[in-house]
Amino acid sequence: MTPQILARAREAEQDRQSRLRDRILCCTVAGCLSSGAGAVRRSLEQEVERQGLGGAVEIAGTGCMGLCGDGPLIRSSKRDLIYSKVAPGHAPAVIAGAHPAMTADHPFYKGQRRLVLANSGRADPERIRDYIAAGGYEALLQAVTRMTPDEIISVIRRSGLRGRGGAGYPAGLKWELVARQKSPVKYVVCNADEGDPGAFMNRSVLEGDPHRVLEGMVIAGRAVGAQQGFIYARGESPLAIERLQTAIGQARNERLCGERIFDTSFNFRIDLRIGAGAYVCGEETALIASIEGGRGQPRPRPPYPPESGLWGAPTLINNVETFANVPAIVANGAEWFSKIGAPASPGTKIFALAGRVARTGLVEVPVGTSLQTIIEDIGGGVPEGYEFKAAQTGGPAGGCIPASALGVPMDYDSLPAIGTMMGSGGLIVMDSSTCMVDIARFFMEFCMEESCGKCVPCRAGTVQMHSILERITRGEGDPRDIARLMELADLLQNTSACGLGIAAPNPVISTLRYFREEYESHIHARRCPAARCRMHGEAAA
Amino acid sequence: MIPASGNEDERLKALDAVMAGHHYSGHALIEVLHAAQKEWGYLTSGLMRHIARKLRLPPSRVLGVATFYHLFRFTSPAPHEAVVCMGTACYVQGAANLLDSARRACARNGWAVTTGRCVGSCGLAPVAVCDGAAMSRATPAALSAEMERKYDAANPGPRARG
Amino acid sequence: MSVHTLEIDGRMVTALEGETILAAAEDAGIFIPKLCAVEGLSAPGACRLCMVEIAGQNKLRAACLTRAAEGMVVRTETSALREQRKLLVELLLAEGNHVCSVCVVNGYCELQSLAAALDVDHVRFTPRYPARTIDLSHERFGLDHNRCILCTRCVRACDEIEGAHTLDVAGRGRTARIITDLAEPWGHSESCTGCGKCVRTCPTGALFLKNKPAAEMKKDSGFIRQIIAARREKIWI
Repeated sequence: MTPQILARAREAEQDRQSRLRDRILCCTVAGCLSSGAGAVRRSLEQEVERQGLGGAVEIAGTGCMGLCGDGPLIRSSKRDLIYSKVAPGHAPAVIAGAHPAMTADHPFYKGQRRLVLANSGRADPERIRDYIAAGGYEALLQAVTRMTPDEIISVIRRSGLRGRGGAGYPAGLKWELVARQKSPVKYVVCNADEGDPGAFMNRSVLEGDPHRVLEGMVIAGRAVGAQQGFIYARGESPLAIERLQTAIGQARNERLCGERIFDTSFNFRIDLRIGAGAYVCGEETALIASIEGGRGQPRPRPPYPPESGLWGAPTLINNVETFANVPAIVANGAEWFSKIGAPASPGTKIFALAGRVARTGLVEVPVGTSLQTIIEDIGGGVPEGYEFKAAQTGGPAGGCIPASALGVPMDYDSLPAIGTMMGSGGLIVMDSSTCMVDIARFFMEFCMEESCGKCVPCRAGTVQMHSILERITRGEGDPRDIARLMELADLLQNTSACGLGIAAPNPVISTLRYFREEYESHIHARRCPAARCRMHGEAAA
Repeated sequence: MIPASGNEDERLKALDAVMAGHHYSGHALIEVLHAAQKEWGYLTSGLMRHIARKLRLPPSRVLGVATFYHLFRFTSPAPHEAVVCMGTACYVQGAANLLDSARRACARNGWAVTTGRCVGSCGLAPVAVCDGAAMSRATPAALSAEMERKYDAANPGPRARG
Repeated sequence: MSVHTLEIDGRMVTALEGETILAAAEDAGIFIPKLCAVEGLSAPGACRLCMVEIAGQNKLRAACLTRAAEGMVVRTETSALREQRKLLVELLLAEGNHVCSVCVVNGYCELQSLAAALDVDHVRFTPRYPARTIDLSHERFGLDHNRCILCTRCVRACDEIEGAHTLDVAGRGRTARIITDLAEPWGHSESCTGCGKCVRTCPTGALFLKNKPAAEMKKDSGFIRQIIAARREKIWI
């Protein structure tokens, strides 16, 4: 690949697409596929064939268009319309443009700003030409041929991009730390081990726009001086793995990764490593241990991965969404990016909006958008007849946000102030039918199952916390149980060896902070206010 | 040692090719275990001993790594498998009831029922996956019916109903 | 080699470059509770009993993993740390089946003596009473999973000192357990050399010599330090 070839490929594909009468894009990621998008796509292809429209109307796949709850979603590029709940029988109407459709001013899309998901709904994730036609690999070209590593890092630093994995560590600082290390061997690792139950942001980005992540990684490799990258993907996401394998193969063929990128002396190889089902591997030192072929047990820090990571070499680890932000920042500049979102945390954030809310799916909003806007305007509020109770962010490491804090801006600083965290973007809405003690028990069970077992507080402490919570939800709680829970929560936070154990008590602390009366009702009145828990001695529902 | 099968040699060859592709590096243990499970469906002691020798790793290390991860299995998979997603979104939408009913249905139908951690369809919660096919907004009744239907399709002929 | 001076519990202590707080404290005769660290073996930082306070740092640090630095002010014994250690010991006691009266190491058990030192007179948590097994297939040694606290001293001694790597940890979380080879009976192990280092380093009665009656098995992991010194400096006792 050379600069000229890239420009020519882009123009040729844009030209080809513009000459089509229509390009109908079918969602091909997990959510819509499970509601039948595969059959819809086949019927569209057959209908095109039947009407003899081959060559004029093209049926292609695309990434997540967000409103998964109303899937399968189909988009007509020429009409710029999205069709929801499409069934195979609707194919003729969709092709004729006679099917009822949503437009961009649909309330679900109005409050969103799609940067990372820009190509989702517009480009086919299985075709590198589609990515190139959308301006893909332009940023890499710029980074490799017109920028020094220091300049790239400076752009990332000035953009204010913060790691999207949860803690929000400034990406530029991390890149700089790795770049500064004097080591002939360095690694770039993409943490795609999205394990929060109820979170599918990264997975959708990988399934819907894998080249964006690859491009971000190669740029990072150039910036920090690494020649090898690894993507650590979840074994439970076969489609994301397949898309990544396809994309890596395509990029390698086009010499956009691998050797002599853009005919320069810069080499950067990307390999895929597939996890095998361990939430703790999202922790960066555990992830390293797993890539090295070992048990995914966290290692003591310091040393931190930027100094000593994979096989002891300086290692840059960022998550999928962080890398996916990089191409646009390099292409459009730090100033452009820093003006989006909140001043202290610029850019956008993808949330997986799910639970007791009318419209569920993938939502990308400027960082700092209020929770209320996301749930009520974009999500359409909780179902009729129910009342909003809380929203859970940050998964098993996070906490809940009660109705009184609905106005909170969703950013890296405001959420910790009310006892929760951004996390990787899971956002579960709960209403009056949800029991908060039961939710705390649910998350504790998750942490107990996922504890690696190395350190005592996490291994044995989660078991004890879980058994207390279970006792309470069975209606057999003891008045001293709340104090015992708090004591253990303190112990886990202070003494656990890694983030899993340190954060495991968060859902308990947070639900106790805002919904203590629900605990008390279970313990003293032996009653579950949400009528979820089956109390001891109570007949089965 | 290694489970008997018609094309055993070919499976072993495929596994050895994967190991060769990784230059028999112990770092590739997880990739190799994935490859072995893909060929055989599960990991036996014989297979793990073979892998340990080829990768020059202590056997206890191989088993230690394999048992750390949920996805590796050590017994042959059941003919039918239903996975009930226990992601938060599915849980909030009643996955626990789904699991209860699936477990009851499986007692009749020889299904293995397991739980999963988010299959990426939170917008369609609760979700269950029956023999690889996802069911969105699943209800206990629909899930049991689907399990019954799939069982009947795979086991034609009259059958005593319990 | 440079030497650092630091303050531990109000006393001035010297530490060699790279030495941990735990090692520096032990050299000075200051006792910090621990169950997983052993001089001469890598430190996993697993038991979390040696967590200490360091002035100017808001997080507690594991003394076995943290290097001593010039001017550091360390406190190893505060009421909060003591309470925390009590909880950790109680968690361990509730996790396994620790019945001292019938245990081979009764009186010589590190968990038992630590519990006594911390005045653990009862366990506030629900005992789990896990169903665990005992492997008596080896001709000289026994492995009683009921008493195991997963400190992994045996695993490290077997790997790092003996070089056999017969032992490892399988499973994870509450199902984690020590295995020999492919979780086969120990007596069938092809890799075990029968050296007994695992038994001598085990802090509890999980690993024991088969011919000893209850309360007659003394253990001492100090031999590891001697082996290391012998290898490095070619000096044998």
